[in-house]
Amino acid sequence: MNNLWGDSLSSFWSIWIIVITLGTIVFCWWLLFANRKTDKQPSVDGEVETTGHTADGIDEYDNPLPRWWFMLYVGTVIFSVAYLLLYPGLGNFQGVLGWSQEGQWDEEIAYAQEQYAPIFAKYSEVPVPELAQNGDAMQVAERIYLNNCAVCHGSNAQGGYGFPNLTDDAWLYGGEPENIITTLNNGRNGLMPAWQQLGDSNLENVTDYVLSLSGEEHDADKASQGEAIFVSACVACHGPDGNGNQAIGAPSLTDNIWLYRRPGQETHAAVLETLRNGRNGHMPAQAAYIGEDKVHLVAAYIYSLSN
Amino acid sequence: MKHEIVEKNVGLLSVLILVVISFGGLAEIVPLFFQDKTTEPVEGLKPLSALELEGRDIYIREGCVGCHSQMIRPFRAETERYGHYSVAGEFVYDHPFLWGSKRTGPDLARVGGRYSDDWHRAHLYNPRDVVPESKMPDYPWLFENTLSGEDTPSKMRALRSVGVPYTDEQITGATQAVRGQQEITALVAYLQQLGTVLKDAR
Repeated sequence: MNNLWGDSLSSFWSIWIIVITLGTIVFCWWLLFANRKTDKQPSVDGEVETTGHTADGIDEYDNPLPRWWFMLYVGTVIFSVAYLLLYPGLGNFQGVLGWSQEGQWDEEIAYAQEQYAPIFAKYSEVPVPELAQNGDAMQVAERIYLNNCAVCHGSNAQGGYGFPNLTDDAWLYGGEPENIITTLNNGRNGLMPAWQQLGDSNLENVTDYVLSLSGEEHDADKASQGEAIFVSACVACHGPDGNGNQAIGAPSLTDNIWLYRRPGQETHAAVLETLRNGRNGHMPAQAAYIGEDKVHLVAAYIYSLSN
Repeated sequence: MKHEIVEKNVGLLSVLILVVISFGGLAEIVPLFFQDKTTEPVEGLKPLSALELEGRDIYIREGCVGCHSQMIRPFRAETERYGHYSVAGEFVYDHPFLWGSKRTGPDLARVGGRYSDDWHRAHLYNPRDVVPESKMPDYPWLFENTLSGEDTPSKMRALRSVGVPYTDEQITGATQAVRGQQEITALVAYLQQLGTVLKDAR
């Protein structure tokens, strides 16, 4: 797909790298042997050549490197030459092994595909309601859920402020398998317009009317005044009875479930805030992240939570 | 040359040390300045908008780079979680780059579009509201502070001088574009575009 560094350098830079790299290796080799003091052997009788440096009466000896140490240096030079022959390093020379970062990644992906794809392919042929009964499949699905969905919907799938609960029977966009799969694949964008322009008293009245739909505590007088506004402004999406419309993700207002009520917040205040400022719910599309086979599996998991 | 001469002249020693260590950079770094893959933007890469640029500066100010990298390496373990590995051409307008070198939190190179704006706002206000086991700090002041936009044009001019193709129009409109915006809005705008340029990123 995308190469990290491209296929080739210009020949000038390729030669530049080769000359510097090999030149440095040759220099190291020369340095090692040019400074080797093979003619000086440590004497045993105490007659030792020193560099002439003395500190606190301690002389600095001028002995050759121990042989094992010297050979380690030689070893590093030989290693570097062998490495540069096998792996990419010398400009455009790709090494005799033909190794590359992208190639290794491709291999890892191909191996994983071979190992795991059949498992998910097998599950993808099982209808969602049936798959939801399969304990092994649901264990796999739970891991995918936890890695990709729990960040918003919670590890217990009970959602939170602004993030729908997946364990109840209330569905913004429908709880049938195909609805869930569509939601997962393509994501959703919920839009509740802001109704600030209605003015404070109208907003109060509509709020009480909305609360009356689900039998929440409300002011009956205000609610009856709010009904006319509800009919003109809200029924297009939420329906005449406030039952909502799953085709556009308009929630039912009759079920006592308030997606945008903060913990501890009065329902009245929450509904008023929603009316005044509107809401934008966004569920990101997951197909590109986990692929359609895993979407199918996760759909079954989500289906299993409420069925 | 006698080694003694080098050892007894600090200036000469310093120069020779610099010469020796420069070979690595000359072979490994300098050629990258002349390679299309590292100097040419990937197709579709645009300079950050004024708001996103301010968001990036907030990202830098709050030290996000200390815990979050922006560099997906070509390992399956990383690409499965974060998306396609990062390529050099995605970063040509980044000055300074924010690749990071440590992951206390996850990599953010392709976090753009992964979560909703609402999620980011909730998460930055108090991460534990959405991820109970999180140890990321809260950033509530991002919701109180607003941007003046006074310095935004200068920042864009500075970036233009190092090759980011901002137009005069963008620069003159920059203050207007960010003035009065909450810092959180800018930061979320920055996060939501991260890594979204590669269309085949997964």
